[in-house]
Amino acid sequence: MLGFIARRTGLSLLIVVLAVSLLFGMIHMIPGDPASVLLGPRATPELRAELNERMGLDQPIVVQLGRFLGNAARGDLGEDVFSNRPVADIVLEQLPFTLMLVFAAIGAATLIGVPLGCFSAIRRNSLLDRIAGILSVGFIAVPSFVVALYALLLLSVELRWFPAIGAGETGDWASMAHHLVLPALALGLGWVGYIARLVRASMLEVMGENHIRTARAFGLPERVVIGRYALRIAILPTVTILGLGIGTMLSGALFAEIVFSRPGVGKLLYEAVMTRNYPVVMGTVLVTTVFFVAATLVSDIVNALLDPRLRTQGDRR
Amino acid sequence: MTPREGLIASTWRQLRRDPLGLAGLTIVVVVGVVTLLAPWIAPHDPLEIDVYNRLMPPSAEYWLGTDQLGRDIFSRVLFGGQVALKVSLVAIGVSMAIGLALGMLAGFGPRWLDRLLVVAFDTMRSFPTIMFALAIVALLGPSLNTVILVIIIASIPIYGRVVRTQTLALREKDFIKAERALGASTFRILVFHVMPNIAAPLLILASMDVPVVVGMEAGLSFLGLGVEPPTPSWGSILNDGYSYIRNSPWPIVAGGIPLIVVTLGFTFFGESLRDIFDPKLRSKQ
Repeated sequence: MLGFIARRTGLSLLIVVLAVSLLFGMIHMIPGDPASVLLGPRATPELRAELNERMGLDQPIVVQLGRFLGNAARGDLGEDVFSNRPVADIVLEQLPFTLMLVFAAIGAATLIGVPLGCFSAIRRNSLLDRIAGILSVGFIAVPSFVVALYALLLLSVELRWFPAIGAGETGDWASMAHHLVLPALALGLGWVGYIARLVRASMLEVMGENHIRTARAFGLPERVVIGRYALRIAILPTVTILGLGIGTMLSGALFAEIVFSRPGVGKLLYEAVMTRNYPVVMGTVLVTTVFFVAATLVSDIVNALLDPRLRTQGDRR
Repeated sequence: MTPREGLIASTWRQLRRDPLGLAGLTIVVVVGVVTLLAPWIAPHDPLEIDVYNRLMPPSAEYWLGTDQLGRDIFSRVLFGGQVALKVSLVAIGVSMAIGLALGMLAGFGPRWLDRLLVVAFDTMRSFPTIMFALAIVALLGPSLNTVILVIIIASIPIYGRVVRTQTLALREKDFIKAERALGASTFRILVFHVMPNIAAPLLILASMDVPVVVGMEAGLSFLGLGVEPPTPSWGSILNDGYSYIRNSPWPIVAGGIPLIVVTLGFTFFGESLRDIFDPKLRSKQ
């Protein structure tokens, strides 16, 4: 098991380094050096040389990459080209907003999805099961930013039930929660369907097993059989899939943040892209990639802990 | 013995019994035809500006109302479909072809190559897709070709992984071993024996991928990083609508509906196909 964890962690680290190198290489392949983009057409050669030296752009690309990775490992992601503030500080400032959104979305999706899937499994092939099945597929398929736009249009602009802009007053929990409802719902809706389908499928599997029949034979009420014996096992695949969900939701969070004008990592990246603020682009992508890979790694390890067959899957050939 | 039924005929026979799949297929066909005929169906030029009729609600003249420049939203939605069609055809076609080649190479080639390709696929998938897309757009500048490139790079690993798994499974089958014993070349085995056997899962994957690709194009265009104005795309219509959300709800309503319809159509159709080709999954549900 330790070997499995070590191998997986090593591979994840390798992947992060490769991904960052790839991005780094691409940034440096584009025509037009960052200095002339930043300083504009009227910059003198001396100014450009000074900026290049300050940002280390006069070094060969391999040296630059090595320096970037070395600094990144120590938590230094370089400086914002406009404000000269450390990129790491800027990203860490925005990260809590995004994490709050992602966890709220996952929480909402679980709270709606698990009962829905559970109910569908118990009343298999009933009308409600069918409707829930179709809705699940629909929820999964529709792009989250369309859901976000419709929610904004209907519930904020037309009905004025929820605020349209921002994340609320920092420290005022009621206002923050109020601002969180719509973005979290837009982001989590797709996962409602996903979780519901997953819970339904594994519930159906578990319900056919011997220990459930034994529990029923003992005359336990159906509520206890399902709640305490069936769901407890059936929910395991969902728990592991949520790890992946956190990573994938980072992408969706970007749209929710932009549509609802919320602060967050996605909005930060978007603004950095629009202003060609490369250090911030690199820093944000690095942080989100590390998050994504780490979430995948954790859910892989949890999966392997639960199901020993997976541990050797990498060496199938 | 009954005469053997062709693959298409038997698929159709089973699809006919699945109302959701049939509804999905109908949507796919209708949207496809309407999109192709857009230049003849559209009541207005999608770029024609009418400053006296800006942000109008739907009327007999403008079926879905007008946007902030007085352009006919219905015509823009129709032409937006052409952008979505072009992006999904090109992006899925190219990434499927490359993914097919790389996946077969990984599955059938030497072990070191397999390891290398799997790490490469995993690296590509380790970026959250939209973050990766934004980074590329930051580098290459916004345009439809950039969008297509981003989608291709992001999709190759998805196809590659599926093809690799399928090829690995086929590799141990007796008919492939027999073929090899008969002295067939690797190329021959891959093209004539492996490819036909992975075509079905690959096509199902592609039909489930259409909504993802269409959504990505619309998403990037919504962010202003896709099609260049004034080209209509469902995403850019939504972007216009977002800017004027307090003045008129119609651009957002009109831009979102085709996205939802197309997504549902392809998803239901793809799920139905998957159930037909993979009955194991069906019994599980």
